[in-house]
Amino acid sequence: MYKILLRQDLVPNIHLFKVAAPVVAKKAQPGQFVVIRIDEKGERIPLTIADWDKKEGSVTIVFMEVGTTTHRLALVEAGDFITDFIGPLGLPTHIDKLGSVVCVAGGFAVATIMPIARAMKEKGNKVISIMGARNKNLIFWEDELRSVSNQLIVTTDDGSYGRKGLVTEPLKELLEGSERIDRVIAIGPSVMMKFCALTTEPFGVKTIVSLNPIMVDGTGMCGCCRVSVGGATKFACVDGPDFDGHQVDWDLLFARQRIYIDEEKRSFEQWQSQDGVSS
Amino acid sequence: MPKLNLNREPMPRQAPKLRGKNFNEVALGYSAEQALAEASRCIQCPKRPCMDGCPVEVDIPDFIKAIRDGDMPEAVRILKSKNSLPGICGRVCPQESQCEAACSLAKKEAPIAIGRLERYVADWERANRQSIDSPVVPPTPTGKRVAVVGSGPASLTAAADLVKLGHGVTLFEALHVAGGVLMYGIPEFRLPKDIVQTEVDYVTSLGVELQLDSVVGKVMTIDELLNNGYHAVFLGTGAGLPMFLNIPGENLNGIYSANEFLTRVNLMKAYRFPEYDTPVKVGRKVAVIGGGNVAMDSARCALRLGAEEVYIVYRRSEVELPARREEVENAMEEGIYFKLLTNPKQMLGNEQNWVVGMECFKMELGEPDASGRRRPITIPGSEFIIDVDVVIVALGTTPNPLIAQTTPSLETTRRGTVVADEATGKTVKDKVWAGGDIVTGAATVISAMGAGRRAATSIDEYLRGQ
Ligand SMILES: Cc1cc2nc3c(=O)[nH]c(=O)nc-3n(C[C@H](O)[C@H](O)[C@H](O)COP(=O)(O)OP(=O)(O)OC[C@H]3O[C@@H](n4cnc5c(N)ncnc54)[C@H](O)[C@@H]3O)c2cc1C
Ligand SMILES: Cc1cc2nc3c(=O)[nH]c(=O)nc-3n(C[C@H](O)[C@H](O)[C@H](O)COP(=O)(O)OP(=O)(O)OC[C@H]3O[C@@H](n4cnc5c(N)ncnc54)[C@H](O)[C@@H]3O)c2cc1C
Ligand code: SF4
Ligand code: SF4
Ligand code: FES
Repeated sequence: MYKILLRQDLVPNIHLFKVAAPVVAKKAQPGQFVVIRIDEKGERIPLTIADWDKKEGSVTIVFMEVGTTTHRLALVEAGDFITDFIGPLGLPTHIDKLGSVVCVAGGFAVATIMPIARAMKEKGNKVISIMGARNKNLIFWEDELRSVSNQLIVTTDDGSYGRKGLVTEPLKELLEGSERIDRVIAIGPSVMMKFCALTTEPFGVKTIVSLNPIMVDGTGMCGCCRVSVGGATKFACVDGPDFDGHQVDWDLLFARQRIYIDEEKRSFEQWQSQDGVSS
Repeated sequence: MPKLNLNREPMPRQAPKLRGKNFNEVALGYSAEQALAEASRCIQCPKRPCMDGCPVEVDIPDFIKAIRDGDMPEAVRILKSKNSLPGICGRVCPQESQCEAACSLAKKEAPIAIGRLERYVADWERANRQSIDSPVVPPTPTGKRVAVVGSGPASLTAAADLVKLGHGVTLFEALHVAGGVLMYGIPEFRLPKDIVQTEVDYVTSLGVELQLDSVVGKVMTIDELLNNGYHAVFLGTGAGLPMFLNIPGENLNGIYSANEFLTRVNLMKAYRFPEYDTPVKVGRKVAVIGGGNVAMDSARCALRLGAEEVYIVYRRSEVELPARREEVENAMEEGIYFKLLTNPKQMLGNEQNWVVGMECFKMELGEPDASGRRRPITIPGSEFIIDVDVVIVALGTTPNPLIAQTTPSLETTRRGTVVADEATGKTVKDKVWAGGDIVTGAATVISAMGAGRRAATSIDEYLRGQ
């Protein structure tokens, strides 16, 4: 059992948990994830490690409510326990002194890109971060991300805060600008990652994306998370989740993310009608 | 000499049509009368040939005699002195190629049903455990600690043996449940999970500490275990990495590895979705590629989950099917179709990226290959299409490279298995032993247990000699 030490509601549907998991905290590195299970009947779902504290023995996760598991997770309070918290899984993000690194984050991924931006900055890179959200109310951790970046650009789809538009627009301007960009790291919804990769491709700037296919074990045992990269099948949980965005077969990823769309709907409806709180 | 009785006592089973719709155990187990009748057929051969067929050398004639004498506690004692998991082995051992193959009566095609008797004794013990549990004399603690990685049959056996010898033992398991393939792979209807759980509970009751959710190699490496107070390590992490065919279309939606399909069904209980939150797609027409136990289990699960037509697609012929004969017969009775001498060429998908068909070659058998089985040869131009909406790939597994990758001084083969001495399980790395599927590649429960036991003996010798 793993205790929730702290809970923060970053925006109405995105929450932060600090979880007591000393052995995970000891080994966590930027870009890795955990697999959690709330209780006996729950599904195993992957969530990126957003932060960790070796001394305190805690690991921070940030999640967005999308379906049954994440909605149920949102009902867990500080002091409560969840059954399983397994990690750190996946390969860490490759951190190196590269020069200028652009970190692009969409939606909840502002949290997941934080440790990467921080590590890149600590390595002596110039870090330019771009964070995008649908609207002003969904913005969080702006100051936090700014503190680990040399420059921060904020966009909202509707223009209610920062620049109006998508993250790919400032990204393209940076690539067209006079300054040399050595690496782009894009994390967020799959579509956003795809378009970031398409944006950088003509400029030949290596672009790392963090793929989020459906997973079960997260240890290479099931093959549920298979993705195609550069024509080869890879298991995202052990060979990734980071991959070269220019090599990813995006259509395959989108298709495989939809395998259980009917079941996800059924599960959510049943949960709402039976145990869900409708307040 | 009394006349030989060649009438093997049949195993009562759930009716095929009935069992095809539930996950309850298929084989119901002998009644007391049946067990006595079967035990009475044993002629107590002085040379005990049956024992040579058992990888852990169960004293077969003796436990059978105890059944015949009506002394069940004695039967339990004899059995358990060699085999700590009889309820499991009695159910899943390939007896027809092991103990029963070596029985003198096998020549007359009526070997003693050793596995069924073993199961009978184990089930009797489960029902009567309290009444026969003699207080275990706690061993003298040696002050040594052993880390046992994985919790399948190899590790459970090694852990139980080591703790009984007075060593401190911690079991590290990656998943949220202990038991390995016995829990996530072999389905409920063949090996009820509460039987496995009872065995796991027994091992922890002996004082073994169980740490679930611990992926060794990630959360700590073997070297870190050795530097953090463990005097020896046993690796029993199995062969959990699924193989695929590497043919076009294999990543289409609806195509599962057997590991994924069985894990969703057995470990995550997808057959009770949405009460349990993990879904599985069953499909109407399901093709399972492969001919081993894993393929049979996948096919029979799919049938039970409601698939209308389930095919086993295997590239050789019926005699070469590597699955246990009994399970092939069960599958056939339940209505699984066998498409033999058939090999997939590619998977065909629709616009939604969902698999709709499997293009296959017809095969014929040529000369025997290295495995001694006749080699399947593709018949050119024989392609045909099987309509499917779910495909389960059950081609076998290799060891997960996670531990080998993070333990540089471990020696591995090209197949990814860890090199270990057969008699002792000792690897080339100091203080590290290994056994079970991680060493042999996918094999059997009983061979994994045998390896766990031999390694425990060797580890004990090492620790005492220190
Ligand atoms: C490596 C990795 C890291 C991730 N990190 C984060 C994170 O830090 N924060 C966050 O909010 N989300 C993260 N996700 C996504 C998160 O796992 C899904 O949102 C979650 O599983 C949805 O579960 P649900 O039951 O609430 O929704 P469902 O209704 O089950 O599904 C909604 C969506 O989630 C996807 N999904 C469903 N089940 C799984 C599963 N078992 N594994 C992966 N995806 C699934 C589906 O494709 C679907 O698009 C990550 C995913 C991966 C693979
Ligand atoms: C579907 C199926 C049906 C089968 N049917 C039969 C049968 O009828 N008869 C028979 O004799 N055999 C059968 N087998 C084979 C038999 O189950 C295996 O040979 C046996 O379980 C191997 O035991 P093991 O202890 O070596 O490993 P496993 O049972 O594979 O257990 C290994 C354990 O180690 C864990 N692990 C892996 N990596 C790590 C890590 N890095 N850190 C921590 N833990 C880790 C795994 O999660 C797993 O729990 C079947 C196998 C399958 C898949
Ligand atoms: S353990 Fe297996 S091989 Fe040995 S006697 Fe029992 S059933 Fe036969
Ligand atoms: S070989 Fe067969 S008949 Fe002879 S002792 Fe063994 S089980 Fe009995
Ligand atoms: S999630 Fe099972 S192999 Fe990656």
